[in-house]
Amino acid sequence: MRELRRLQMALLDVFESFSFGEVRTPTLEYADVVDRGDDLDAGAYRFFDDRGELLALRTDMTVPIARLVATRFGEVEPPYRLSYMANAYRAVTPQRARLREFGQAGIELIGIEGADGTAEVVEVLTRALEAVGLKKSVIGLGDSRLWGCLLSDFSADPELIRATEARLADHDIVGLEFDLETAGSLSQEQISTLTGLIQLRGGPDVIDRARGMGGDSFEKSLDSLQATYDAINARAGADRIQVDLGLLRDFGYYSGSILEVYDPSVGEVIGGGGRYDGLMAKFGVDLPAAGFSLYVERIHKAQLEQDRADV
Amino acid sequence: MFDSLKSPGGPLKLAVPRGAMLEETLDLLDLIGIKTGEVRGDSRSLAFDGGELTLVTMRPYDVPTYVEAGAADVGITGKDVLLEQADRSVFELVDLKIAFCRMVLATQKGDRSPAEHQRRLGMMRIATKYPRIAEEHFEKHGRQVEVVEVKGSIELAPLVGLADGIVDLVATGRTLAENNLEVREEIVTSTARLVANPVSYKLRSTEVDSLASRLREAAGQGPDR
Repeated sequence: MRELRRLQMALLDVFESFSFGEVRTPTLEYADVVDRGDDLDAGAYRFFDDRGELLALRTDMTVPIARLVATRFGEVEPPYRLSYMANAYRAVTPQRARLREFGQAGIELIGIEGADGTAEVVEVLTRALEAVGLKKSVIGLGDSRLWGCLLSDFSADPELIRATEARLADHDIVGLEFDLETAGSLSQEQISTLTGLIQLRGGPDVIDRARGMGGDSFEKSLDSLQATYDAINARAGADRIQVDLGLLRDFGYYSGSILEVYDPSVGEVIGGGGRYDGLMAKFGVDLPAAGFSLYVERIHKAQLEQDRADV
Repeated sequence: MFDSLKSPGGPLKLAVPRGAMLEETLDLLDLIGIKTGEVRGDSRSLAFDGGELTLVTMRPYDVPTYVEAGAADVGITGKDVLLEQADRSVFELVDLKIAFCRMVLATQKGDRSPAEHQRRLGMMRIATKYPRIAEEHFEKHGRQVEVVEVKGSIELAPLVGLADGIVDLVATGRTLAENNLEVREEIVTSTARLVANPVSYKLRSTEVDSLASRLREAAGQGPDR
């Protein structure tokens, strides 16, 4: 517990140093609050209270904080800088080395839009990774609009966009190609452009390589990604950034930039985040927002592996 | 080599399926210049130096487990295995077009009891190694079945009355014929797939992409298909 506590303190100190104040929300939410954030079922544990109301254990902290801000911050001028260190709960298949209850540490920056907001979030994330001593972790940076924009520039119908987005979030490339081919509306050239796009990951040059693949809306989302990258580079340095044009996360609420954090010693994503400009509006307050959260137990594991490698 | 097996650096680790898929998989790896001689030998070892890759061998069913955990960076296994373990988060990169087989519902030749049971008892009993695929298939058609999971020699189940029929993989159909069984319905077709661990796919993108594109070419699809 001592190691874990030290890790949590190190993260909270970083959040505090950027003026992100810690908040706490109840573990139990009404199920419809949890569902309002996630279009896709994140595997919430659900049950009834003594009056027959459907409740759920929170599956992350972003949705409870959105509710908190909407209901309690009416009098306060945005932006709001909030942080948390809390447990969340998701149903898992047993015996798969997955936790039903897991620690999340993260921040929400509400009220600052676009590249500036995202860059501030990435700066805090970068410092947080440094503070817990993860030298090799990488931050993947993508944009949730790229795929849909490229497909709509190719005049694909919305049904195909939705179906293939689900495939892309799973990264089922074989199924994705199958869908694109059986749709019948796309040329072979367009299909190989699409499958080429999602393989582009690396330095900022991958944005240049994607130029000209699609039409206006695609170019605009590339511009936005480039602006975000530049803002991050100016603020925090981009040494840890991997630009990833195939990045899509399976949470329903992302609206632009997406972040994922990897470490070579852990086989699963150790953190994630991004922009979710539409989420606050679902709770009645229309404010742009961005944030990240780290999986505390996985960070702990990465630390142990790194200590072993350093010996 | 044993020292480096656990560390994240070093050559990419490829999980190779032992059993029926092994020969075809190794032939494909030969085509792209991976050394497979050691694996083909009769060594009891489970990890082999394949040159640019480390090859670790296991049962096809375990490949998603190792790849999801990152214990292997990439792996080769059947689509049937991936469907049965659909909740594993591994990235499916290439259809390798080998190890073709069909998942089918089979019953005893001329046996009318499955249909009879469905009509008069409201349900059939099905033995399978693939409970998830079987359940999804019957659920899709709104048919009620009781799925009995067995681990091997499924053909025995209808012969001795454990079940009305079986859901199983068929490559040539010989085992079915020898046990007096016939195909009633085809559920899904399966081929071998290249899968990758989500983190290895991102952090070792150059190596994974190069392996994927060479395997795709070797599988006869060409990159600009």
